[in-house]
Formats: sequence, structure tokens, C-alpha cells
Amino acid sequence: MDAMTQLHEEIVMTADAVRQAVDRLAQHIQADVTQPQNWVVIGIRRGGAVVARLLRDRLTQLRGITLPIGYLDITFYRDDLDTVGPNPLVGATDLAMDIDDKHIILVDDVLFTGRTIRAALNALFDFGRPEGVSLAILVDRGHRQLPIQPDYVAETLETQRRESIKLVEKGTGEFVVVRRLRA
Amino acid sequence: MTAKRSTLKRKHLLGMAELSRTDITQILETAASIREINYRDIKKVPTLRGKTIINLFFENSTRTRTSFELAGKRMSADVVNISVASSSVAKGETLIDTMITLQAMNPDVVVVRHAEPGVHALLARHVDTAVVNAGDGGHEHPTQSLLDMLTIEDNLHRLNRKNFEGLVVAICGDVLHSRVARSNAIGLRTMGAQVRLVGPPTLMPRFAEEALGAPVFYDLDEGLAGAQVVMVLRLQLERMHAAFIPSVREYFKFWGLSRRRLACAAPGALVMHPGPVNRGVEISSELTDDPERTVILDQVANGLAIRMAVLYRLCSGRVVVEKEQMTTDATLKGEGP
Repeated sequence: MDAMTQLHEEIVMTADAVRQAVDRLAQHIQADVTQPQNWVVIGIRRGGAVVARLLRDRLTQLRGITLPIGYLDITFYRDDLDTVGPNPLVGATDLAMDIDDKHIILVDDVLFTGRTIRAALNALFDFGRPEGVSLAILVDRGHRQLPIQPDYVAETLETQRRESIKLVEKGTGEFVVVRRLRA
Repeated sequence: MTAKRSTLKRKHLLGMAELSRTDITQILETAASIREINYRDIKKVPTLRGKTIINLFFENSTRTRTSFELAGKRMSADVVNISVASSSVAKGETLIDTMITLQAMNPDVVVVRHAEPGVHALLARHVDTAVVNAGDGGHEHPTQSLLDMLTIEDNLHRLNRKNFEGLVVAICGDVLHSRVARSNAIGLRTMGAQVRLVGPPTLMPRFAEEALGAPVFYDLDEGLAGAQVVMVLRLQLERMHAAFIPSVREYFKFWGLSRRRLACAAPGALVMHPGPVNRGVEISSELTDDPERTVILDQVANGLAIRMAVLYRLCSGRVVVEKEQMTTDATLKGEGP
């Protein structure tokens, strides 16, 4: 990370706030889970993967059932190949389960333009035909460019377009949401 | 996104000599993530939609050409294969004219195999299109070296290693005619491995030790002693226009790798071969088919992933050409697209 971007960094959600937000998501979602055997949690790398894991753990505590979890890396589905930089980092997609006829809870940390979700939906449908997909988001920061709306939102945040809002690890297993002003 | 500085600013892949440790690590990481695509029911991602890749092969090739073709197609690029017999080169066109003509059709990547060492560097100077070296005579074959490194990396746990640092790799056989040996010696040394070159004096390039920084062994058993990875090279009979070896049978007797000879290497040593295999010449048929020791088919599978990673890397990002200097316009992204 540049020195420039780190200059204006501010924590907008503490580790406790993140935990409470995940808890709110879990409470909302579990009310809708009538047939848990059909549900699958899928996190979008990299921030969404963290939220998906925390959410799945919380759902396990609340309902006593452990939903299958998978991870999507959407790098190969992005619409901005020309601007991703010369050496883009790619994470692994890990979907060990069959997603045909399953209900997917697609999880991401921050919802911004909607382009990541568009890419994730395309990626998901290369693996099968889910019965339905719900979108769960930790932070909705607005500025949508596509007609995409989340089904479950824990937090909404007023932001400037050129700010960056990210889930980052502070200490082991502690996650906070930071706001950075792009130089 | 942690954007590490890379020395690969130019959008070509000409040889291992131009790649830093960071470049190699990034390509291996990307390929390891890409691999999963090749085992899906739908083996296609839209990444290179609208990109055009031309495979221009002046030498025969089945596996490399097929591998590049599938790599492009699985990432949704349009791939055109040109084999020389049917091209205008047979009508007397010069290589540079062929390349300039192809460039006029605005492809994004041209993958070239040619018998003449250094051809790619020449072509890269004449065209803006990204050039990938798929083998230039006895010079370099970078994607082969990268796929070999990915295969070694997959097996590091078996060899009780965390990385390439200090790994002993013996490259055995016809080193003289082998671009695979050259690229691997360069690339593996960049990654910190200890490379040895093992072969008969007639098939060892002069000044190999000085040029490649790898000790030379003229005895197979000595060269194998303690080696954790054994790369067996194909005896390139088609390139031999002089008496390099007395006979193929004698070659096997002295230089062919068998289970018995492999006992000289470190326990559990990995056996690799770039293919196509001459069974009973440089390696015994029995060892070729031993899945416990030999990873030839893993090399082929990894080759596809490596070529997908290389094409992806060459097609992503915008290259801004400013006079002599080429810089890359890399936007530091926040949270994805």
C-alpha cells in the first residue's frame, strides 16, 4: 500500500462493531432459513470470505446447524481487465459443494458500485444453477452503478466516491472497517 | 491490494532470464489459482473475451501448441493457429514481414516458436503486440520452465521443503540441444535452487558452468547423488547432425534413468521430463509409468494453468509507451471493480 493512501486512514467500524454487525446479519438471515439443508454460504474474496466465515459460525451458534461454505474469487470475471494493473493478485475459488437447486447466501464485506456482485453472479452460474441467491452485506456505502440491491445489510455508511472502504485485519482474528481517502 | 514492484514492465515473455523472483512467484501463484478452472464442468471463464491470440509455430509441436490454444480458449480469447507449411513464409516472406502483417490485424498476443535462438527478441523490437516465446532453438522455453517450477512447488512438501531455496535439481542428458535445460537452470537459480547439469561431454555446451552458474557432472551417478529433483531431458535426435553419441542403446546404458540409477538420488526424489518421452533411451519405460516417482502428466496439466496465467498477465493492465521508456499504467484499486 502507498504511503499516500495510509495518511488519511480512519477506523469506521471497530472489531466489536463488526462482530455486532455480523450478529445482526445472522439474526436477519436465520429467520428466513426454513430449510437449512438447502442453504449454502459463499463469500467473495477477499473481504467477503472473512465475513462469510464469521456469519457461518454465528449461524451455527444460533441454529445448531453448520451450513456448507464456499469461496469465490471474481478476478477472472471482472469487467476492467485493462485497468487491474500488470500483476493482479488472484485468490483461489473453492466451491467443493454442488450448488444446483441450493439457496445461496452470497456474502461480501462492502457493497459499492455493484460490479463485484455482477461478476460474482456470473462466476456462480458457471458452477451450476442455484434455486436462488440472496445478497448479504456488512457495509453498504452507496454509489451503485448497476441495479443491484442487497437482501441483508448490517450497516450503511455515507461515503465520498473517491474514498476507499475496506475490511482489514487488525491483530489476529480481529477485523475492523477502515475509511481511506485515495490520493 | 499490495502491488509489489515487478521488473516485467514490458509486455512480452521472452525468457526466464528477464524474470525476477517476484515475477516468477506471482506467475506461479496466479497459475495455482487458475488451475481449478480446468476441473470445472464448464471449463471457461470470460476473462479474455474479445482478445485475439495468434499461435505462430515454425517448428512442429503438439503439446505446447495445444496447451496455448486451450489456455486461450478456456479464458474466452479467440485463438488462431498458423502452421508454417500453410503460411506465406513458405512463399518467401521474411519473418519480420509476417509479423508486421499479423500485427496489422491487431492481435493482443502472438505466441511464437522458432528454431532460431533470439528470434523473439528481434520480433519484440518490431511490433507492439505482446510476444510470447514458446521455444527458440536451443535458447529458451520460459513457459516450460514455469510449469516445471509449479510442478516442483506442488511437491515441495514431499521433499520436506518450504521453498526452492537450496533445493538440489539435477538436469540430466542432452543439455546441449535443450532450451528447457537452459530456461530451468536460469529460472531455478533465480528462485534459489542449486542446479546441476549432468550429461556426456559431447552433449554439454561449452562454458555451461560459467554461463549458467551450475556445476557440470560427466557421470550420471555422481550428478544424481543427493538430488531431490531429477529432470530428464529428451535426446533430441532430430537436432543431431553429427555423431554426438555412439548409439541409442549405449546412451541408455550410461545416461538412461532407471529405478536402479535413481537410487543414487535423494530418497523420494521427483522425476520430471518435458516430453515427448523416448522410452528406453533417456528414461526407462518402467520409471516413466511410475506415478509414485514420475510427474510427467502433472507437468502437462500444470502447463495449461501456467499458459493461462501468462496470457492473463500479458493481456491485463494498460501499457503506455512513452518514447523509449515503457511504463505501466497501474491503478491502485480499492475494493475491486
